[in-house]
Amino acid sequence: MTRSIATAKGLDLVGCPSCHLLCRGQYLGPRQRRICPRCKAVLHVRKPLSIPRTWALLIAAVIFYIPANVLPITTVTSFGSTQSDTILSGVLYFIKTGMWPIAVIIFIASVIVPLAKMLILGFLLISVQRRFPGHKRDRTLLYRITEVIGRWSMVDIYVVTILVALVNLGSFASVQAGPAAPFFAAVVVITMAASMQFDPRLIWDVEPPVQKGEAPR
Amino acid sequence: MHAFFLYIPRHTEVLTVENATHLIACHECDLVLRIPTVATGQSVRCQRCGALLLRKRKNSLDRTLAFSSAGLILFFLANAFPFLSFQMEAQIRQTTLITGIRELYAQDLQLLALLVLLTTVIVPFVQLAGMLYVLVPVRLNRNAPKLMESFRLIQRLRPWSMMEVFMLGILVSMVKLAQTAKIIPGLALYAFMALIFLMAAAIASLDPHTVWEKWKERP
Repeated sequence: MTRSIATAKGLDLVGCPSCHLLCRGQYLGPRQRRICPRCKAVLHVRKPLSIPRTWALLIAAVIFYIPANVLPITTVTSFGSTQSDTILSGVLYFIKTGMWPIAVIIFIASVIVPLAKMLILGFLLISVQRRFPGHKRDRTLLYRITEVIGRWSMVDIYVVTILVALVNLGSFASVQAGPAAPFFAAVVVITMAASMQFDPRLIWDVEPPVQKGEAPR
Repeated sequence: MHAFFLYIPRHTEVLTVENATHLIACHECDLVLRIPTVATGQSVRCQRCGALLLRKRKNSLDRTLAFSSAGLILFFLANAFPFLSFQMEAQIRQTTLITGIRELYAQDLQLLALLVLLTTVIVPFVQLAGMLYVLVPVRLNRNAPKLMESFRLIQRLRPWSMMEVFMLGILVSMVKLAQTAKIIPGLALYAFMALIFLMAAAIASLDPHTVWEKWKERP
């Protein structure tokens, strides 16, 4: 005899995304949407159009990532001469001048984190579409990592903001934000939105029925 | 934000269709679980995927209220006083939090300026003020207009409040400029540092489940 694990979807219930109340979901709010009786959040059994929306945002982020790295992010004017730096040339400059800790921080936050996040999201999407059966827990963990690390990419944008504010002494010494800055900020915001659109429950939807006596994992 | 380390599950029980009483669906894997009685200080994680389901904190409401109100005071200090001063030769330039945003706006990067304004000033303020708006009435067992909607909003805004990331940006800029000019930290910088810890403490001591449960008890 087989016994299947009770998921909310399987029981025709919905967990409220906001207050986690387990709802039957027949409570209708404005525009005939099912809403949580306790906190009035709109209920969805799974996030609507999760996969196409995440893909769309992910592809947009990949496209924006190119100008973000090719174009200069800052232009420094000092004593009349100007110098433009991209994200990577900025990192190289820090290495050359011996500021290792900063080089590492900027490299991780501006290069590794966005790349890792886009790769992980792409992998999760493919694994869900192909219905990979294994490593569900590890993939959920990867999803949690993308949620946590994404915001730290904003460091570079903030550094530019602060430099622009502080170093502003006319032709003597000044810093301008370069054209890459808005693209890079867009990458950060769009990848954050992409990971919010992804529904980790899809990873678990391929769970086969559990045999009697076997411990569910 | 969920802790993302592995754990040994102890306090949840997998359900079959037959025994369903005090139930919760895991928000990350949709598994339906029965919630056990939780002692103060304990957390409950999903048995299948490890997601943090709920945690009971000591004096959760009082502590969150204390941290948030202290945070709100520091928030005003951090925005009103000079942040960093930059001294090069005879020239001194003082900046507040807003200066950089104004400068980006002036350089025709309006959307970027707006994003920085939202993530470092507006969203943190809404979070702090919203926390008081929701928790004071809940603590006093009163009602307020749009109470639960506000609580939902501050929960959803959390990833967009990036003060700690901004702090890292400040440290990076200070080290970067330290070679070319003298950087003098201002009062607002210290207020901002303390504010980050207070924000983190407020979020760590908040136990959303208690708030929702209190809400349910009301007529």
